[in-house]
Amino acid sequence: MSHSLLEARAIGKNFGGVTALRDVSLTIKQGEIYGLIGPNGAGKTTFFNVLTGLYHPDGGEIVFAGETLQASAPHKVAKRGIARTFQNIRLFANMTAMENVMVGRHARTHAGVLGAVLHDRRTVNEEAAIRQRAEELLHYVNIADRADDLARNLSYGDQRRLEIARALATEPKLLALDEPAAGMNGAETGDLRELIEGIRKDGITVLLIEHDVKLVMGLCDRVAVLDYGEKICEDIPSVVQNDPKVIEAYLGGSLA
Amino acid sequence: MDIFIQQIINGLILGSIYALVALGYTMVYGIMGLINFAHGEVVMIGAMVALSVIKLLENSGLPVFLLLLFGLAAAALVCMAVGFTIERIAYRPLRRAPRLAPLITAIGVSIVLQNLAMLIWGRNYHAFPPILPTTSMTIFGATITSLQVAIVLIAALMMIGLMILINRTRLGRAMRATSENPSIAQLMGVNINQIISFTFVIGSALAAVAGLMVSANYSIAHYYMGFMLGLKAFTAAVLGGIGNIAGAMLGGILLGLIESLGAGYIGDLTGGFLGSHYQDIFAFFVLIGVLVFRPSGLIGEKVSERA
Amino acid sequence: MMAQLPGLGQFRRDKSAAVIASIVMGIVLAALPFLIGSGLGNSWLRIVDFAMLYIMLALGLNIVVGFAGLLDLGYIAFYAVGAYLYALLASPQFGLHYPVWLIIPAGAALAGFFGALLGAPTLRLRGDYLAIVTLGFGEIVRIFLNNLNAPINITNGPQGISGIDPLHFGGVTLAKPISFLGFTIPSLHAYYYLFLGLALFIVFVTIRLENSRIGRAWVAIREDEIAAKACGINTRNIKLLAFTMGASFGGVAGGLFAGFQGFVSPESFNLMESIMVLCMVVLGGMGNIPGVILGGVMLTILPEIFRHGAGPVQLALFGKILLDPEALRMLLFGLALIVVMLYRPAGLWPSTTRRREFKGESTTDVLKEGE
Repeated sequence: MSHSLLEARAIGKNFGGVTALRDVSLTIKQGEIYGLIGPNGAGKTTFFNVLTGLYHPDGGEIVFAGETLQASAPHKVAKRGIARTFQNIRLFANMTAMENVMVGRHARTHAGVLGAVLHDRRTVNEEAAIRQRAEELLHYVNIADRADDLARNLSYGDQRRLEIARALATEPKLLALDEPAAGMNGAETGDLRELIEGIRKDGITVLLIEHDVKLVMGLCDRVAVLDYGEKICEDIPSVVQNDPKVIEAYLGGSLA
Repeated sequence: MDIFIQQIINGLILGSIYALVALGYTMVYGIMGLINFAHGEVVMIGAMVALSVIKLLENSGLPVFLLLLFGLAAAALVCMAVGFTIERIAYRPLRRAPRLAPLITAIGVSIVLQNLAMLIWGRNYHAFPPILPTTSMTIFGATITSLQVAIVLIAALMMIGLMILINRTRLGRAMRATSENPSIAQLMGVNINQIISFTFVIGSALAAVAGLMVSANYSIAHYYMGFMLGLKAFTAAVLGGIGNIAGAMLGGILLGLIESLGAGYIGDLTGGFLGSHYQDIFAFFVLIGVLVFRPSGLIGEKVSERA
Repeated sequence: MMAQLPGLGQFRRDKSAAVIASIVMGIVLAALPFLIGSGLGNSWLRIVDFAMLYIMLALGLNIVVGFAGLLDLGYIAFYAVGAYLYALLASPQFGLHYPVWLIIPAGAALAGFFGALLGAPTLRLRGDYLAIVTLGFGEIVRIFLNNLNAPINITNGPQGISGIDPLHFGGVTLAKPISFLGFTIPSLHAYYYLFLGLALFIVFVTIRLENSRIGRAWVAIREDEIAAKACGINTRNIKLLAFTMGASFGGVAGGLFAGFQGFVSPESFNLMESIMVLCMVVLGGMGNIPGVILGGVMLTILPEIFRHGAGPVQLALFGKILLDPEALRMLLFGLALIVVMLYRPAGLWPSTTRRREFKGESTTDVLKEGE
């Protein structure tokens, strides 16, 4: 049995009296693909934002790789090894695909102003390594031929891939994907699924928020379901699918 | 004590004028999210036009009240036309342009208006004709002229009128809807372009009133007067919470009081190191302080970053 | 492999074309003061010298506004800091006469410090608010310069400081013609070469920064601050760095200005000057170094052309001067700003189209070679 990589303990978050998360606890194991689903407004993205330091939780704590993740700044979370993508893609629109991924290397590189201006050996080598790693990652997500295009000129599916490549560039232990299949057609979703499986094979744990239930059930090792800010179920997909509370939550959601 | 009261009164007068000008900034910002950099120049144009008309009619034998009214009417008309034109030419074509583009055109408009004024009225200071009654009264040992009483009262009336317009009329509702969410307002049948034009026209009319008040109060007008006044009024708008009508009024009055009291007492406070010629500095310190400690302004809504 | 060959040829041709272009450019830049000095006279040469200073300022502000996307309306304050430091340390004001090589770097450092001082509390503000705070800061600096003549006279108030030492290195002063290997280089020419050298140095530094980890982080923050944070960028520190770097360029230009002019007064550092530099950056093409240089040159030269044209053209047309030439020139300048922004809202020479055009050219070339 593999050990846990991330443990969220009783996370709570309120927005001006509205409870977005209530005592959410979950454990993600090293090397698994963990799905987080739930009806619209269930608090999935809020959980993501707490996890990645964009929001401060009102209660609870997160332990990542054996250490508490203090309610800290997003850039520190990234350095600790959690990378994310965004539900409504957030790329650097006027930078090329290549440059987007190169920015992802920021946290793992060191060159300062002096190095940049003087071009000492270390900076030159580092810059070459950044470029090489970015190229590899563009190949990895299969958009190497778009390397010099501005991010805003990429197709929707390629933008999603580029965002994943940029996240991978930060050398994460945990990759958190916020609805990566949103707006994709069947073929694109199939490619995405292969990509995520490949990422897991390379040893990176994946946390997946997704609406596409079929994708989640086919891809994830374990799934947690959020409803009205509370975790109502956490298990392997086949069990989750038949849990009456989950069916109720989804049916209730779709009827309302 | 009487000096304190005097400074309070001076601050109220100054503040009323700031508030009127601040309204122009805040309305435009509320609706378009744009700093109308040229608004201070509109105030200047208002002052110049009013002064010219009053000078022209000075010896016509008309009563002072009518003189002022004609001057004001002319100034308001010209300012409204100027405001309308500014929006049409310099801002409307750039609504979808990069954020800084309309700021640069606004600066361009500001330069054009200033130098146009210099071409028309010359570089000299223009004295306000001595038509105003000089009666004054004494409250708690402080003097206030009837003109100054009128300034405060008229400013208050204009602001009440504006509040009614915005909160009680159909047009006001459309304005509020546009500032809340332009695209939804449009879907609901609001003609956004009309509303924006209207906002500029109203703001410019208030600027014309403020222009007349400033030139009457200081007995002077010149082509460069709009610049600093505009900056201060903008500060007032930010102080109150930009985009917020009541905030602009509160911010205006507060800034007026701070400046007036600050200038009166800075010498004592710093042991004579800084004198009253530092008056202009208060506005900026207040501005920086507010933005750093309470960026949403005194009664502004909190703007949170969204992920 | 085949597909790569034309690309390689393209690369070689690009490289030799670039070498030829820089040689031509070098000759033109070296000959420019003589061409202008003899063709248009010394007043225009002075203007060209000033254009160099403005290019330095525009490049400094470009780091803040163009790269990092932080709107700074008080940038001229850093120019003022550099200029006044030079003026105080090398003039009869305090009887101090420190060497240039000490004061200019000190001015850069002090301006950089002021940049950090202003940036630290304000950088978390949203765009427009930051603009207004920086504007306020600029005005505060000017008001202090204007009033710090009493009770202790530091800045000499509105009269400003005069009799400032000209730029000099060892015994060689740039204020007088310099004899060098039998040649005599007139003063304005010498200033030109010094300013050109420093401007080129600043261009070099800016290009190096742009293509570095730091430069990419700046642009990333401009494009999407939240995504930048998620990439592990400490946005606060990187923004502070942009402010400090930009300010230090301003400090250098300020020191040079004081030595060149021999006189500084608060009037040289009013809001209009900040706006002018901002216009250079935006009008030229934010974030694009050649565009910013173009903006700097244009906005220095254009008002001067209007100044020299406004009077004589009226005389020629109407036989007398109908309109105040000074007002007319600024009026035309304001109109030019509006018109350019309306038709080119991203500036005259924006960076993204440069990329697209470049790509467009290379693909058509490849096609031609394939035929």
